[in-house]
Amino acid sequence: MKNLKLASASALAIASASFASTAQADDLTLCWAAWDPANALVELSKEFEAQSGHTMSFEFIPWPNFADRMLNELNSGGKLCDLLIGDSQWIGGGAENGHYVKLNDFFDNQGISMDDFAPATVYAYSTWPKGTPNYYALPAMGDANGWFYRRDWFGRDDIKAAFKEATGRDLGEPKSQKEMLEIAQFFQGREIDGKTVYGAAIFTERGSEGITMGVTSALYPWGFKYENTPGAYDMEGAVNSPEAVEALEFYKEFYETATPPGYTNSYMGESLDAFKSGQVAMAMNWFAFFPGLYADPNTGGDKIDFFVNPPQNQAGSTLGGQGISVVAYSDKQDAALEYIKWFANPDVQAKWWELGGYSAHNSVLNDPGFVDSQPFAGDFLDAMGGVQDFWQEPAYAELLLAMQKRIHDYVVADQGTAQEALDKLIEDWTEVFEDEGKL
Amino acid sequence: MSDTPVSRAARATPPRVARKIKGLSDRAIAWIFVGPTIFLLLAINIFPLIWTIQLSFTNYKANRIGREVKNIGLRNYERILTDTDIWLNMQATAHFLFWTIFFQVLIGFTLAYLINKKFKGNDLWTTIIVLPMMLSPAVVGNFWKFLYQPQIGLFNYIVAFFTGKEPSSFEMLGSVNLAPWSIVIVDTWMWTPFVMLICLAGLRSIPDYIYEAAEVDRASKLRQFFTITIPMVLPFLMLAVLFRGIENFKMFDLVVQLTGGGPGSTTELTSINLKREAFEKWRTGYASAYAIILFVTVFGLASIYVKALNKVKER
Repeated sequence: MKNLKLASASALAIASASFASTAQADDLTLCWAAWDPANALVELSKEFEAQSGHTMSFEFIPWPNFADRMLNELNSGGKLCDLLIGDSQWIGGGAENGHYVKLNDFFDNQGISMDDFAPATVYAYSTWPKGTPNYYALPAMGDANGWFYRRDWFGRDDIKAAFKEATGRDLGEPKSQKEMLEIAQFFQGREIDGKTVYGAAIFTERGSEGITMGVTSALYPWGFKYENTPGAYDMEGAVNSPEAVEALEFYKEFYETATPPGYTNSYMGESLDAFKSGQVAMAMNWFAFFPGLYADPNTGGDKIDFFVNPPQNQAGSTLGGQGISVVAYSDKQDAALEYIKWFANPDVQAKWWELGGYSAHNSVLNDPGFVDSQPFAGDFLDAMGGVQDFWQEPAYAELLLAMQKRIHDYVVADQGTAQEALDKLIEDWTEVFEDEGKL
Repeated sequence: MSDTPVSRAARATPPRVARKIKGLSDRAIAWIFVGPTIFLLLAINIFPLIWTIQLSFTNYKANRIGREVKNIGLRNYERILTDTDIWLNMQATAHFLFWTIFFQVLIGFTLAYLINKKFKGNDLWTTIIVLPMMLSPAVVGNFWKFLYQPQIGLFNYIVAFFTGKEPSSFEMLGSVNLAPWSIVIVDTWMWTPFVMLICLAGLRSIPDYIYEAAEVDRASKLRQFFTITIPMVLPFLMLAVLFRGIENFKMFDLVVQLTGGGPGSTTELTSINLKREAFEKWRTGYASAYAIILFVTVFGLASIYVKALNKVKER
């Protein structure tokens, strides 16, 4: 009884603390990457400003500098951001280094249930250690790596006939990775409307995370695993399995035979440019960009269609997306928590999706009208059902940069074999985990 | 009382201050003036250097404040010096250093020699030639990236015009063989004017009467060039090599903009690699050891070079 009283008293105290700021208007700063969904969030947040009396400022950093800028901010205990929509891989560091506020008590007291969000997003964006009910973020923006293509080209009779003649099958959305490569190779160097076009835009960027995000879109469908036993860090035989080697060789072949010339250091922006300028028949990119692509007056509308990352040995998509966290160094944590409570509201989540953000809330995703609400909505649901993420360890940056180097060395710089690249990757990762005291 | 600057300063000093400094020796007053500079030097240069040396023997990571910092002795140094990838970075840096300096000295001196001749529009040409070095390296990197673009880049079209090759048949930034040369070309384009200016200063410092005396002695133009021009410009040339050597050893922005260190790690110079270790991977202890190794290398080479430069000047 005494415990119950204590618990009630603490709950009341936390709840009062959470909303004490309603009387006092704060200026909250939300930090995120500079991209299309961020603009939607600015629009959405106007409702919060009207309801709460707080004002919202935004700090949007271009993607190539986002991780550097934000991780430096967190590591230095900076107070720039009250709320941070940080990448999924930062959750381990955010939690272990004390950058993010743990949200369990707040969720309990405010009646926010993680069961209301898609399980894959809760696992990826909110929990640390992985899969445990320790929450450091609310799923804010579901995302995965998907594909889009020139529907108008795919629909042309002359192109369809040429494809049938070349491959013996009908031109359409690929059902496997190898079919996708075949289509891309078919378009490579083809003359369409007097212009030479190319197969596909894939990720090859060296500096931040580009080529890793691209190559994992091939590795996961081949069945790539980071460890043989989850949590054991036993990578030998998993990271360099025959399937992984085959997938890596596939990605290299894709790069060499089906991408535009000079496509050696390309990521999101270059993929969008290549597609919008009519250079490529297909492109990979994050679902977050799909609303903007569909709305594009030149290559959007009925000229574009979308498909989920095709399976090979199994279904698999690279996870993107982020959770929203309260920064532990913020002086306005109460107001920031208030924002999170507001954001978790199903009505706000519905509006978020309407404006172009990818809600991870079940009430939105399970709505009977969701699949038909956008031409890419069904693909998004499919993708989120088979997503896999990179390591989310506190040392993720070291793990990521090692992979960037090994993969770029092999795929773009043509050094060594796929087997050697993955063997060396295991050596690099082993060294990191030894430094971390996990091996 | 005589009216010297010292006596005027003494008269202008307020009595209260004068009383306070009256008992100070000249040495103490000198320290008062020099002290702030020495303090700043210690705080900004010496202390960080000592701290870096200390960190280089640890496993410290700046982004993991709560983590136990262990002294690991020479382990970081051993890992760096036995890492084949780091030696490849060193090779890339050496290639970049050698060829940029070679071309800049060659072209810079030639341009200075030509500009030094009196001709119409001399000043205008000098201004045009020095324009590239007035630009920001980030800007230069970005627009050369466009120039090197295989499909629309002017560079590829110019090469195609002279060789008859397809412009999109080669990739300056994407090819393992061409990328190291692409950064050499851009740096040479940007910094040759700097070498030219230094050489020009050297050429203009040679008094005309030396050439006149050589003419009287019937020395040929070629002989004048090798026995007067080159020896007298040599200290200037060596100074230019020193400046460009130090600058290019720490080259970062231009190459990051152009290639990001790629393809693979082909153009990953040591400074880019060091930045990745220190501020992306946050291996602070390891990066400190790496920085110390680079510092010793540059400092050692520069010291030897400066001694040689002094000998040349004494001649």
